Amino acid sequence: MTATPTRRTPEPGSWLGIPAFPKAAPGELANETQRRNLRHATTTIRAKRVVRASEVPNWEELRTAGAQIKDRVGRHLDEYLVQAEEAMTKAGITVHWARDAADANQIVAEIAKAKGVDEVVKIKSMVTQEIDLNEALEAEGIAAWETDLAELIVQLGHDLPSHILVPAIHRNRDEVQDIFTREMGLYGTPAPEGISNNPEELAAAARVHLREKFLRAKMAVSGGNFIVAETGTLVIVESEGNGRMCLTLPETLVSVVGIEKLVPTLEDLEVFLKLLPRSSTGERMNPYTSMWTGVTEGDGPQDLHVILLDNGRSNVLSDPEGRAALRCIRCSACLNICPVYERVGGHAYGNPYPGPIGAILGPQLRGMEDERDRALPFASSLCGACNEVCPVRIPFTDILVHLRHKVVEYKTAKHPTVEQGIMKGAGWVMADGSHLATVQAGERIGGRVFRGKWLGPMGPIPIAKEWLKGRDLEPLPTQNFRQWWKKNREGGQR
Amino acid sequence: MSARDEVLARVRRATADVTEKDPDRDVPVDWAYGQPLATPDVLEDFVEKVEDYKAAVRRVKADAVPATIVEAMQALDTTSVVLPAGLPTEWIAAVEAAGIVTHGDEPQLTHAQLNTIDAVLTTTAVGMADSGTIALDHGVGQGRRALSLLPDRHICVIRADQVVSDVPEGIARLAPAIRAGSPVTWLSGGSATSDIELSRVEGVHGPRHLSVILVED
Repeated sequence: MTATPTRRTPEPGSWLGIPAFPKAAPGELANETQRRNLRHATTTIRAKRVVRASEVPNWEELRTAGAQIKDRVGRHLDEYLVQAEEAMTKAGITVHWARDAADANQIVAEIAKAKGVDEVVKIKSMVTQEIDLNEALEAEGIAAWETDLAELIVQLGHDLPSHILVPAIHRNRDEVQDIFTREMGLYGTPAPEGISNNPEELAAAARVHLREKFLRAKMAVSGGNFIVAETGTLVIVESEGNGRMCLTLPETLVSVVGIEKLVPTLEDLEVFLKLLPRSSTGERMNPYTSMWTGVTEGDGPQDLHVILLDNGRSNVLSDPEGRAALRCIRCSACLNICPVYERVGGHAYGNPYPGPIGAILGPQLRGMEDERDRALPFASSLCGACNEVCPVRIPFTDILVHLRHKVVEYKTAKHPTVEQGIMKGAGWVMADGSHLATVQAGERIGGRVFRGKWLGPMGPIPIAKEWLKGRDLEPLPTQNFRQWWKKNREGGQR
Repeated sequence: MSARDEVLARVRRATADVTEKDPDRDVPVDWAYGQPLATPDVLEDFVEKVEDYKAAVRRVKADAVPATIVEAMQALDTTSVVLPAGLPTEWIAAVEAAGIVTHGDEPQLTHAQLNTIDAVLTTTAVGMADSGTIALDHGVGQGRRALSLLPDRHICVIRADQVVSDVPEGIARLAPAIRAGSPVTWLSGGSATSDIELSRVEGVHGPRHLSVILVED
């Protein structure tokens, strides 16, 4: 796949081609290179996180404070939004509001056009991924360049990100070498002749390729990790310095920020700046954190915009049981510990937020209309590891179970399902011991027929097929528990 | 309805179940803000954590600072340096005497000019020991943000009394500058990435080398 002459940037992969999780997962599972890459990466980062979290003596108290601060913001969000808007405006930032992706994309494109720019540099941002900003700008003839190394790998690879923090986690150094050699020259400074697969050489090639773009850029687009409501201060954490380039050098900076990213006061930052780096990259602190409070004359962008984006966040907020998902600070610890994510990778989730956080955010942000969103609450083994690592104590498994309930409600609201029939039958069986005994009599006959033989995978059984697909059938018993009890425990035997 | 009014209306509908109107009373936060961290030797801790990022740290007395700056620059093969306004004259004199080409930033250098300069020398606002973080509030001696971004090496001088134990005290010290509208930049080592197979590579876009001179008296 190469860029057609009408495009300014590499054509990306598409989420639309990805089927619902149960259908997408087997294909991803079969990709052995990806599984190897993922296992290596998640194992490494899990080990680092444990070390860095255990260095902090009051880690559990910090997690509680993080959860409380975010809950406070969520429950009083209207107040904090108005306060933040006022503080930002006073500091010289132009504040915009966006109901959805279309609103936000249009605002960014209009600012670019008003400035007469046909390209922007971008710092990695989950929210612009969520609203598909790059493609919206491309359609307006504006080239958006990703400047984070992993995002660059994804963009030049005509690929999709597969992780919140390390979007190219599914790629190894050989694949990166191929992508850089093939694509860099089509969009700017080519990779050096004969570049190897050494990460240092590859990073150096990205430095040279992107420096040219940083120096000529007139406008940048970012997301935002936090906005302090009290002062209107924006905070962005990063590692490479590409963020600082975007936030400092261009004349115009547009930051698209989800409405849930507020914290009440400057002091609250102490909690999150301890929790976030240790949870995400397993470092004591990320290399760079930028904080700016409006325009500073003679330093940095002189035209600052912030777009406050809803795009489904108020839906999440409207469910008292599900709203804890809005505490998320996008650290990705839940992805890194998730046994499901580790095996299938990020693409199978079919949305920019993969892993446990994607499974609870996707269906809440976008609703249950799409089959892919209805499948997500089931893309989990409910092992609960994500609950334990989350720096803001999101009760993932509670929300997953709650959403499963909602999916069932959604399905049965339309028409009764086979599942409901089965459950009705099961209800009758379990309601009375004599009913159970009748059913078990049938089972015992089966047990004698098969003589304790293990029956193996039970794919072809009709109706129960879906349920049995992932499970083997144990040998049918030849006696039930009551009979065993009578024989072994009653009447003083044993 | 404007997007603003609509988003706010949706948010208010979504939180209609919240009856306590005072956020602090509705969700109390069990946290004591601004607490220092118990540590036997704050400076020792700071040095250890900064070095862990592969940054070079030199601990010196005040009178040795000019010579140490020159030494740190030469160790990084520096031939040219940008000097923000407000640095002590004896530092500037020492750098010039060593034959390193100096650039001032008044009038402002262009980004392209900054890109060709090897290094930058700055003072510091705060150091945070537990995370090994250095914070600039871009006040006197620290220059605008681009100065400590485009040159490849950053030599940074910090006084012992600017080092605090942990992030909470750091935030407390920086809060007045932030409230006054200053931009703030936190540095923890040099630029780094772990995007390829999670193997850490020092130096991508920001300065690839950070040298810290800790002044004790």
